[in-house]
Amino acid sequence: MTTLPTHTEKKLGLVIDLDTCVGCHACVTACKGWNTENYGAPLADTDAYGGDPVGSFLNRVHSFEVQPETGPAQLVHFPKSCLHCDDAPCVTVCPTGASYKRVEDGIVLVNESDCIGCGLCAWACPYGAREMDPSEKVMKKCTLCVDRIYNENLPEIDREPACVRTCPTGARHFGDLADPESAVSQLVAARGGMDLMPEQGTTPVNKYLPPRPKDQPTDILAPLLDVTEEVPGGFLGWLDKTLEKLG
Amino acid sequence: MHPAPSLIAFTTLSGLGFGLMAWLGLGFPDVTGWVAFVFYLIAFALAGVGLLASTLHLGHPERALKAFTQWRSSWLSREAWLAVATMIVTGLYALGLVFADTRIAPLGWLSTALALVTVYATSMIYAQLKTVPRWNHWSTPLIFVAHAVAGGAILSGQVQLGAFLVLLLGLGQLWTWQTGDTRLAASGTSMGTATGLGDRGAVRAFEPPHTGTNYLLTEMVHVVARRHANKLRLIAFGLMTALPWIILFLLPFHHILAGLAVISHIAGALIGRWLFFAQAEHVVGFYYGKR
Repeated sequence: MTTLPTHTEKKLGLVIDLDTCVGCHACVTACKGWNTENYGAPLADTDAYGGDPVGSFLNRVHSFEVQPETGPAQLVHFPKSCLHCDDAPCVTVCPTGASYKRVEDGIVLVNESDCIGCGLCAWACPYGAREMDPSEKVMKKCTLCVDRIYNENLPEIDREPACVRTCPTGARHFGDLADPESAVSQLVAARGGMDLMPEQGTTPVNKYLPPRPKDQPTDILAPLLDVTEEVPGGFLGWLDKTLEKLG
Repeated sequence: MHPAPSLIAFTTLSGLGFGLMAWLGLGFPDVTGWVAFVFYLIAFALAGVGLLASTLHLGHPERALKAFTQWRSSWLSREAWLAVATMIVTGLYALGLVFADTRIAPLGWLSTALALVTVYATSMIYAQLKTVPRWNHWSTPLIFVAHAVAGGAILSGQVQLGAFLVLLLGLGQLWTWQTGDTRLAASGTSMGTATGLGDRGAVRAFEPPHTGTNYLLTEMVHVVARRHANKLRLIAFGLMTALPWIILFLLPFHHILAGLAVISHIAGALIGRWLFFAQAEHVVGFYYGKR
């Protein structure tokens, strides 16, 4: 049923620290790797080594520049994947019931054998979190690595989404955002975690931690780089002085 | 949004077919026998070709029947049910007219109502999307139904009324284009809200996540030929409204000229529907600094 559950027992999701992310794209690669080899249709690449490579990804890292009114511009690396919204518009538009939100943990998933590839859910998502696979012609989206987080064949340390597991800077956190005592909820409270496009009314579960304010700009090299008056000698020096005298 | 030919054909042709059914259901024109057969053949051909075109848009058309399951929540599913219901009721009504010379009036009224509600459901597939502010407005269902009513009127041979309705449709379309241009800015969604960084300063897309293109860009950030939009609007208005109005209202009636008016109207409506898709901006474009 593509009606949304009124309540989910847990709200599993990600907290992404925009202050810490260095934009290395390791999460993108880890995500593509895991989700190509495991649950669902593999994430295809077409013309991968040719002139026009196109592929489906569940996670992508944008980079934005923020220019405050005063002070230097700041570069913010911005990983973006499904936000597993409480009020997910992608679920209710689905005509076949392929798209659904799980009651037990709030994960939004696609049942690929029911997907007709109409693309309406991707249109309904404001975040661009869903991509049609170019080969399989079914809708692909972040599963929150549902085949890792409950997988008892994996060592416990690996039972988190591939992107979180791989992030070398610890910019990605995974947990239950419905539990105010969870580490992720505490992090969101401490750092002022925010929603993306709150005006779209999707109530995303994933939160973003804003970049910390920058210190006062101190350019330690500035004194060393001071432009010194270079006084030319010889004929040019004479010319310079003479022209100076002429006013 | 990407103006997929399959969706342009689907919305335009099925709208015209259902529009014609709506008029025939009310007895405009009051025909029976072979004449009724020809009218219904045209109506069913338009609606049928439109609906078949919509399945071309699917990645897995072989699973299309699954689209009938979610009518409680999905406008696309409702549209599928309503289209089938309209065809069945209209088909029964047409059988009476064609083979028994009998007009079962209540069945006709039901056919008219269902046809119009089907077009409304089609429009709601687009109008429901908050992500496309240009579509997310009451004018979208209004203009879709107006297209069906006006197009159906001239297809069903309503000369004076048809001329009046295409004029009304054209004026409504001009107004919709004009007001639609401001709706993205008025929606409140911007690069600032998309990134959550807007209160810190001016946000600029520095580097996209991928060097090539992707599904999101080709599907939802279609900007090709948008720069010709004003010219295309004029052409669409001319073909859809101005020429048919001149033919039907100003010139003496002639069957060949009326046929020309119909063809001109359909061509204009197709161009207008191309613009409906091509000019619609999806908010995901903000992540790419595009619209």
